Amino acid sequence: MRRIYVKEDVCIGCRLCEIYCIVQHSKSKNIIKAFRNEPRPLPGVLVEEKGPISFALQCRHCDDAPCVESCITGAMQRLEDGRIICDIERCVGCWTCIMVCPYGAIRRDQNRKVASKCDLCIGEDIPVCVKNCPNEALTYE
Amino acid sequence: MQKITGGKDISGCAVSGILNTNGKKIDGRYIIRSIANMHDRSNGLGGGFAAYGIYPSYKEYYAFHLMFDDSYARERCEEFLDKNFLIEREGDIPTRKTVIQNPPILRRYFVEPREEKLDKSSEDDFVIREVMKINSDIEGSYVLSSGKNMAAFKAVGFPEDVGNFYRLEEYKAETWIAHGRFPTNTPGWWGGAHPFALLDYSIVHNGEISSYGINKRYLEMFGYRCTLLTDTEVMAYLFDLLVRRHKLPMKIACKAFAPPFWDEIDRMPEKEKKVMKTIRTVYGSCLVNGPFSIILGFKNGMLALNDRIKLRPLIAATKKDFLMVSSEEAGIREICKEPDKIWSPKAGEPVIGLIGKGVVEEG
Amino acid sequence: MLSLCKGEFSVERDDDRCIRCLVCVRQCPSDVHKYDEEEDRIYSDESECVGCQRCATLCPTDAITIRYKPMEMKENANWKTYHLTNIYKQAETGGILLTGMGNDKPYPIYWDHILLNASQVTNPSIDPLREPMELRTYLGRKPDLLDIEDGDELILKTEISPQLKLELPVLFSAMSYGSISLNAVKSLERAATIAGTYYNTGEGGLHKDLHKYGKNTIVQCASGRFGVSPDYLNAGAAVEIKIGQGAKPGIGGHLPGEKVLEEISETRMIVEGTDALSPAPHHDIYSIEDLRQLIFALKETIAYEKPVGVKIAAVHNSAAISSGMARAGADFIALDGVRGGTGAAPLVTRDNVGIPIELALASIDQRLREEGIRNNASLIIAGGIRSSSDIIKAIALGADAVYIGTAALVALGCHLCQKCYTGKCAWGIATQDPYLTKRLNPEIGTRRLVNLLNAWSNEMKELIGGMGINAIESLRGNRLQLRGVGLTDTEYKILGILPAGE
Repeated sequence: MRRIYVKEDVCIGCRLCEIYCIVQHSKSKNIIKAFRNEPRPLPGVLVEEKGPISFALQCRHCDDAPCVESCITGAMQRLEDGRIICDIERCVGCWTCIMVCPYGAIRRDQNRKVASKCDLCIGEDIPVCVKNCPNEALTYE
Repeated sequence: MQKITGGKDISGCAVSGILNTNGKKIDGRYIIRSIANMHDRSNGLGGGFAAYGIYPSYKEYYAFHLMFDDSYARERCEEFLDKNFLIEREGDIPTRKTVIQNPPILRRYFVEPREEKLDKSSEDDFVIREVMKINSDIEGSYVLSSGKNMAAFKAVGFPEDVGNFYRLEEYKAETWIAHGRFPTNTPGWWGGAHPFALLDYSIVHNGEISSYGINKRYLEMFGYRCTLLTDTEVMAYLFDLLVRRHKLPMKIACKAFAPPFWDEIDRMPEKEKKVMKTIRTVYGSCLVNGPFSIILGFKNGMLALNDRIKLRPLIAATKKDFLMVSSEEAGIREICKEPDKIWSPKAGEPVIGLIGKGVVEEG
Repeated sequence: MLSLCKGEFSVERDDDRCIRCLVCVRQCPSDVHKYDEEEDRIYSDESECVGCQRCATLCPTDAITIRYKPMEMKENANWKTYHLTNIYKQAETGGILLTGMGNDKPYPIYWDHILLNASQVTNPSIDPLREPMELRTYLGRKPDLLDIEDGDELILKTEISPQLKLELPVLFSAMSYGSISLNAVKSLERAATIAGTYYNTGEGGLHKDLHKYGKNTIVQCASGRFGVSPDYLNAGAAVEIKIGQGAKPGIGGHLPGEKVLEEISETRMIVEGTDALSPAPHHDIYSIEDLRQLIFALKETIAYEKPVGVKIAAVHNSAAISSGMARAGADFIALDGVRGGTGAAPLVTRDNVGIPIELALASIDQRLREEGIRNNASLIIAGGIRSSSDIIKAIALGADAVYIGTAALVALGCHLCQKCYTGKCAWGIATQDPYLTKRLNPEIGTRRLVNLLNAWSNEMKELIGGMGINAIESLRGNRLQLRGVGLTDTEYKILGILPAGE
């Protein structure tokens, strides 16, 4: 399956990946409205920075995924195309997935008390973080 | 006489040429018929001929055909000639009264350079230099041709009338070339008619050279003075430079004028590729770009060449020991109903006929 | 001391559009934008803004407009704001004013007074989409004539000097590693390789990672001799001796020690953190015969296998100097006009020294032809070439090829803010700051440069095809294809072109 890869040597730390992720997962998908007037979802991608080094981190959609195995309600599941998503209707916010994730790629959505992670933008050919990275530091292959 | 100023002469045209590869001579009526059959390619503003082998009794002398606007120009020019040349014989160029209007004074001189004037340069180089001086410095004088045992005959008018005017049926030559002119932006001027002749080279040309600006500047670097602002003059000088002075084989000179495309060169065998690449690199400024078909007459032969993408017509034919080239097939069929062979030479590939050797390149 | 200078730009933020995503805050290398958490508001310190447009370009909601807003002084035809602010700055610092990029003063731009010809009726124009159209160019010394023997097969008896083969008559100008980032150098190198042309190391030496890609590299030997070694000279496809630069004729270069980081120090063979000062002249070239010695010393080093050229700034007597260079053994002459760019130059020099490249080119080409030595050396011109039509006009005036520097940097993202000398280039080009250099992704940079060259190449083919010419050599020096508008008789004479209508 295709995954997102990062080229940290050209990540410029602008965080536009996070911004477009938020817009994509918002109610209106309108950037201004999403940020100003709607409850703001957590981005599924997080830019890590130390000194001049930075890179965007998101769920690796592991072949052997501890989060899926450890989920107590079956909310964390693998779709047919291989991507892993969290069904928030079934998530009870026990945070087991967060504890087992080796990448720290799952975050707590405190508002809704559910696990939040990258879903590779369902319905999009290319995830929006990849598409909108101004320096092509993210690739989808 | 009105010389052209500013931009260069551009023209459409008809060309024709006949060579007997065994050196047999024919009179001027054939070439006149050939060029006359393409009457519509000219507009009456210029016609001309060059003939080789016509002055056998004076073949050691440079035959200068000159035209003068008036007797003052003639006086000044003759003074100049006298200073630099020994004149063996001189006289009027024979003409007859025809529709040709207002002829200038037309004179011919058989000359040799004065020994003391040569000053280390070869006779040919000396003659070229002096011819250029006459053309550019002596107002009202113009050298129509300056080769040995050959001459150019040209005038404002349709070529058939020009041939009649100069009584060409009275001359016998082994090579004839002819031109009918269709100038589009310059007034008709006798000197501007073709052929353009320099030493033994004479050239007729149909086309417009887009590379004129650089060809001219390149030639100037080697001491040529392009006074006429015609493409044809440039072609003649290019042949003179590459063939006479640089001693390149004629077909190589043609490769400089109309080279193969780089794509083709890249695909050639290594040795040939190197030769072609070097020719294009070194002689890039000699590339004659734009549409042309030319016929070059020279001592012992004739050459015809098209531009590298054949944007102007050119047909060649042979009959026994005759080689004929023409803008249109009609120009050949008029004088030779059933040629042995008739073909359309390829773009950029020369047709070369040599007396004693036959047709050595078929194009 | 109170500074009397104000910022030159205003930052207009449309608060209806701003989503406080802070991209602008993170991207500005001059710290213009600051986020106030208490008020949830972004304040902008306009005095620091250089107008690089980085924030405006990256803002995802188009909320920012950067406007040029110089101090509005009372109108005075003599005392322009330019003069006043310069005096204020110098009264405050006592120093020479520095600037970057090329001369921006309104001296005549002759390209804009020259029009091109096209074929109509008497001569067919050629459609480059349907017919071959050739831009290939060879640079180097050419003999006046060839000796070819005709026989069963042709035998070439003349061995010609080494030539540089260009698929289009455009090269990337000398820009040193140091003045620009390694990513910028890599972009230039890769694009030159793909497009079949050359980039030039400038006087910064050749980074060890790039030695193996030398076949599209022109290595420069300048007055500071930075990074020059036999290996370096042999790594490139040609060597260029740099005497001068259009942006700063008559003076040397200065790379501040802050930019001399580890890799630059290694490449330039100088101590880390020290200023890289290249002297104004080469101290072994005080005359034309000295130049000849250096040319041949370099040719010896590279075993006469590659061309050696000389670059000078276009100055008043360039024509005579060029004649000397062509006779001294230079295989190509690079000529940089008054609008040529730089990473850093004294403002007073950049704005007042040199001559326009068009005039220099025309007079040099003519002079070399008059002396019959135009074949001795190819002519590459530089300095403010902005478009394919500038290139076509340059070639018709007599250039063999052109160098593009500023245009290449603009393709990489440069917005001509002219602050290269600060080392804070927001676009990752003229900087060594690791936070900034990674902003230029060499893969994107390569693609942008190749696209530019392809676009220009196609445009050049359209233009020459329109003239009825299908090989660039038939345009080279073909000034009849040019006509001028609005020039003086003297300018027509120098340019060697006719006025339109004639």
